[in-house]
Amino acid sequence: MRLFDKPAHVLHDMLVKKEITAVALTQDVLDRIDEVDGEVKAYLTVTREDALAQAAAVDAKLARGESISFWEGIPGAIKDNICTKGIRTTCASKMLENFVPPYNATVMEKIAEVNPVILGKANMDEFAMGGSTENSAYFPTANPWQHDCVPGGSSGGSAAAVAAGTAVWALGSDTGGSIRQPASFCGVVGMKPTYGRVSRYGLVAFASSLDQIGPITRDVTDCAHLLNVIAGYDEKDSTSTKAEVPDFTKSLVQDVKGLKIGMPKEYFAKGLDPEVEKSVRAAIAQLESLGAEIVEISLPHTAYAISAYYLIAPAEASSNLARYDGVSYGERVDGIDIVDMMTKTRSEKFGEEVKRRIMIGSYALSAGYYDAYYLKALKVRTLVKQDFDQAFEKVDVIMSPAAPTPAYKIGEMASDPLKMYMQDVYTVPLNLAGLPGISVPCGFSSAGLPIGLQIIGKALAEDTLIRAAYTYEQSQQFHNKIAGLGGENA
Amino acid sequence: MKVTSKDVENVAVLSRLAIPESEVQTYTGHLNALLEYMDVLGELDTENVKPTAHVLPLKNVFREDVVKPSLDRELALSNAPEREDGYFKVPKILEG
Repeated sequence: MRLFDKPAHVLHDMLVKKEITAVALTQDVLDRIDEVDGEVKAYLTVTREDALAQAAAVDAKLARGESISFWEGIPGAIKDNICTKGIRTTCASKMLENFVPPYNATVMEKIAEVNPVILGKANMDEFAMGGSTENSAYFPTANPWQHDCVPGGSSGGSAAAVAAGTAVWALGSDTGGSIRQPASFCGVVGMKPTYGRVSRYGLVAFASSLDQIGPITRDVTDCAHLLNVIAGYDEKDSTSTKAEVPDFTKSLVQDVKGLKIGMPKEYFAKGLDPEVEKSVRAAIAQLESLGAEIVEISLPHTAYAISAYYLIAPAEASSNLARYDGVSYGERVDGIDIVDMMTKTRSEKFGEEVKRRIMIGSYALSAGYYDAYYLKALKVRTLVKQDFDQAFEKVDVIMSPAAPTPAYKIGEMASDPLKMYMQDVYTVPLNLAGLPGISVPCGFSSAGLPIGLQIIGKALAEDTLIRAAYTYEQSQQFHNKIAGLGGENA
Repeated sequence: MKVTSKDVENVAVLSRLAIPESEVQTYTGHLNALLEYMDVLGELDTENVKPTAHVLPLKNVFREDVVKPSLDRELALSNAPEREDGYFKVPKILEG
């Protein structure tokens, strides 16, 4: 019996009932990696021996008659920008090709407490800059549904691994849509929690005021369980929130009666693929039939959010990436003096998109342009946030597509960065406003590619997102479909 | 064209990046295309809007000034490209 295609909550029950062993489960997923990762290429590093040893320890515990908690023995993947002590962490960059973190990110400490199996590190766009995983300095990842399509990004490896059955769960990070958009493209569940809900300590910084770590899972139930593990205040991240963390699994109830769903008219406008629009509208209508109330709303500054984001994020990145100077860690290319060494190191080891963003960020922050670009973008950020504040006086959640199109072909957007940036139109505003969002599968295009419904919540209202997402998920079957991997079981 | 090739060369120095002469035009084109797109922000009157650098209502976050265990020196140096006597080693900075 194959196990790789099952969600964690099903596998946990099977482990508890001794229908399977943890070693058999991990071995089955490792076998799956051997079978399909040569094509999907979701992993940069696979920690095979450690994974089997972790699984064997869980079996020993079960053999002693001890009980196990939800995540024990369940194998998952970690995006390669999250520091894992003793396991190479590259950010899919040549700059960190040999970087082995001497400490764990706080999320990894929290994950270790619940004792799952770590399978390895997932591919991504270099330093999380991109929306297709084509910007990995190592290799692009394929969409498990159609191998000539991108898996989305930047957490493309994490989403592709869950979709391909080469991981049961994964962690990603989301700065402008990097969890929700690949979840949408790969037909899995991905959540960006509220800014500050999850510690960023040990997440390699891209844009610090926007970055957030979140879960990528096969269904909403697993999402709630994983969020329970990673959420919470951390004294090592001064921007993490002290707000109480509820038990998110308590929100796994089918009830949207009276829930007010806002549909922003600006999100159902020009540029939206008709098949995506049809699926998303059908999903919202489904929730209406289950008792929710639909309210048309306006987020008038939507069209400006992308412009503001593509100034703010590169500005923060140009500052954050100044640390790659060839001195304390990362690669070094020798030069005649220290400035020459730093310049050669950065020029040779950063990829094109990373350099482009450092340049635009440095320009926007430089003397004479600061007020016109960076400060202006921060003011527009206020307007984008106010749009949401006003909308949430009238509604409980907002629903939209996660991305304007299904997955596109590898190479299709590579020559036009601006066109690629427009893909983030529905996801970026949440990061600017710090709000939580989840993408849940809501259908397929005629070409057989997944489509995702994005649900946006008020700050710290992940519980409402989970309730709405769970109610929708349980009312249809899209989450039960597994990527056919190029037609093998399609 | 707002950004000139001279601007690109200056920003490259600020960014500690060497842009080969053959690529300066490409970068200039990309930066201009992006900044042109950013110009839509000029349509909005933001005269009386306060900037948001950060969404949380946090100011300074302080902690007690007490000594706690920190990263072991050997571990901290473990990824150094070059080291000597427990220090990071870099090429010459000062003349003489």
